[in-house]
Amino acid sequence: MIETVVSAQLPVGEELAIQKNRIEGAEPDSRRIAVVTGTHGDELEGQYVAWKLARLLEQKRKILHGTVDIYPALNPLGISTIYRGLPGFDLDMNRIFPGSRTETMNEYIADGIVRDIAGADLCIDIHASNIFLREIPQIRINEKSVDQLMPFAKLLNMDFVWVHGATTVLESTLAYSLNDIGTPTLVVEMGVGMRITERYGNQLIYGIFSVMNELGMLDEPAIPVQPPIVSTDGHVGFVNASESGIFLPRVSHADRVEQGQTIGIVSNPFTGEISEKLLSPLSGMVFTLREYPIVNEGSLIARVLGGVAK
Amino acid sequence: MKREILCTISALPYRQPIPVYGFRFGSGDKTLAVMGAIRGDEFQQMYTAARLIQRLEKLESDGALSAGILVVPCMAQFSMNVSRRFWPLDNTDINRMFPGYADGETTQRLAHRIFQALQGYQWGIHLTSFYLSGDFVPHVRIMETGFQKDEAGLDFGLPYLVIRSPHPYDTVTLNYNWQIWGTNTFSLYTRATRDIEPGSAEVAVESILRFLHRYGLSSEEVPEGCKSVCVNESQMVAIGSSSAGILLPQKHPGDKVAAGEMVASILDPYTAKPCEEIRSPVDGTIFFFRHAQILSERTIVCRIIPQNNS
Repeated sequence: MIETVVSAQLPVGEELAIQKNRIEGAEPDSRRIAVVTGTHGDELEGQYVAWKLARLLEQKRKILHGTVDIYPALNPLGISTIYRGLPGFDLDMNRIFPGSRTETMNEYIADGIVRDIAGADLCIDIHASNIFLREIPQIRINEKSVDQLMPFAKLLNMDFVWVHGATTVLESTLAYSLNDIGTPTLVVEMGVGMRITERYGNQLIYGIFSVMNELGMLDEPAIPVQPPIVSTDGHVGFVNASESGIFLPRVSHADRVEQGQTIGIVSNPFTGEISEKLLSPLSGMVFTLREYPIVNEGSLIARVLGGVAK
Repeated sequence: MKREILCTISALPYRQPIPVYGFRFGSGDKTLAVMGAIRGDEFQQMYTAARLIQRLEKLESDGALSAGILVVPCMAQFSMNVSRRFWPLDNTDINRMFPGYADGETTQRLAHRIFQALQGYQWGIHLTSFYLSGDFVPHVRIMETGFQKDEAGLDFGLPYLVIRSPHPYDTVTLNYNWQIWGTNTFSLYTRATRDIEPGSAEVAVESILRFLHRYGLSSEEVPEGCKSVCVNESQMVAIGSSSAGILLPQKHPGDKVAAGEMVASILDPYTAKPCEEIRSPVDGTIFFFRHAQILSERTIVCRIIPQNNS
């Protein structure tokens, strides 16, 4: 059933409504998970997950216990205008949680979203990098929440769990805000902005069913999943461009590389020269690789997860 | 006056290198640094800094300065020249990247470079703009970091000194980090951002010169200015819209209002009939008023300083 979570009137004859698809099984109040996506308008990987999950859960409704809420678009105006942020607003939507009821419409919407999800047994917040970078299916966990979230993260069938350091600015994300009020929330990053990678989406849906099994929400045998690689900031190497130009990769995404191996080049179309060779800082797996060719000095090219053997 | 290149913004091969200039005055001491436009629509901030440069040049030639002063009128050329507020390639805000990171992404590197140039000064002033478009009463703003010197903000002689408790997203601004790194920092807001307002720029320039005089750093007399009122932002009354439509202001920043008096009306966008009269709940002074032709529901229209604070 489609329900409106929070809404507000836009200036000229249109309502902004954040909606969810509520799928209820037996004993709907016994358990609840929330699957949310579309905070950034250019991240579309979650659209496939929302669609496919809704279809599959309809088929599984007879064996479903509890409630699954699917929120496909937390930022409908961004998605509809191919814009990452909130149109006409300076702040990134994932920097205004838990929101406010007295400041701006966007903060009011953020407040309504948090209130609606609060109390769920688990929230899965699906992101898709941006248009510049391609990511392997992964979960990111703030080190402050690692004890509570890691058991869920290991069930979600993702390739990699990245436990990152806590910074104050991240305290205004949806995930931090929900974890802070006791609603366990996992952040999924996978794929690339403005595109859909169905196989990543299917991999995640398999993981969502695995978590639902664990929570007793599906009357079917538990689904075995591959354990993810778990890493901390200390095991991740960053490759940034030192020159501006056109990036051409020399490895594929998710390849294993050796320390010093060329990950790609920055080329100069005027002269035919190679402005820079970008080398891996360590041996491991390229879990992030630049997708968008234009680079400025400093542009992120790759992230390499150390210690992953060929 | 010495004009020097502090750093260069490079986005080869299709844009030419852009120098970021600093203008140095007086002694070699690091007494005061003034940062102008960081965002591409901060025309008023660049203009104010440019007018300050003119005045300081005259003071220096008259032998009236006994301080070392650095003024950076603009580091937003890359965005300003293409009519964008943020970094055009990835829409990131340099003023949400401080203290910066030398090996990080493009805007983190730029923040790092300018932050290096601004380090070590006794006093710092950032001519800045707010995340919501709107007009202010000219004021000095101090972030409550625990390191701030509130009383020094009174020496600008502007109508108000505003103390702000930082939100998580404030912790990555120049103001916050400058202060954490040991510079007594003020954000100085003039009336406008996108519009050049010579009168309001002059008020800001005079306030900086007044500050210099009060600390014995300039021998030039400056008219007394206002007796500043110190207000904590949390004491202000925010008035929001309950409906959406065309915003028709009835008051402006600096205007006195009585409780019950109308400050704005919201008109139906199709019939121009009033759908809401927005009235002040308190006696006070309009401090901030949104600059918008149309407005969503549940959005702040203005902030009022209650009379007992003004």
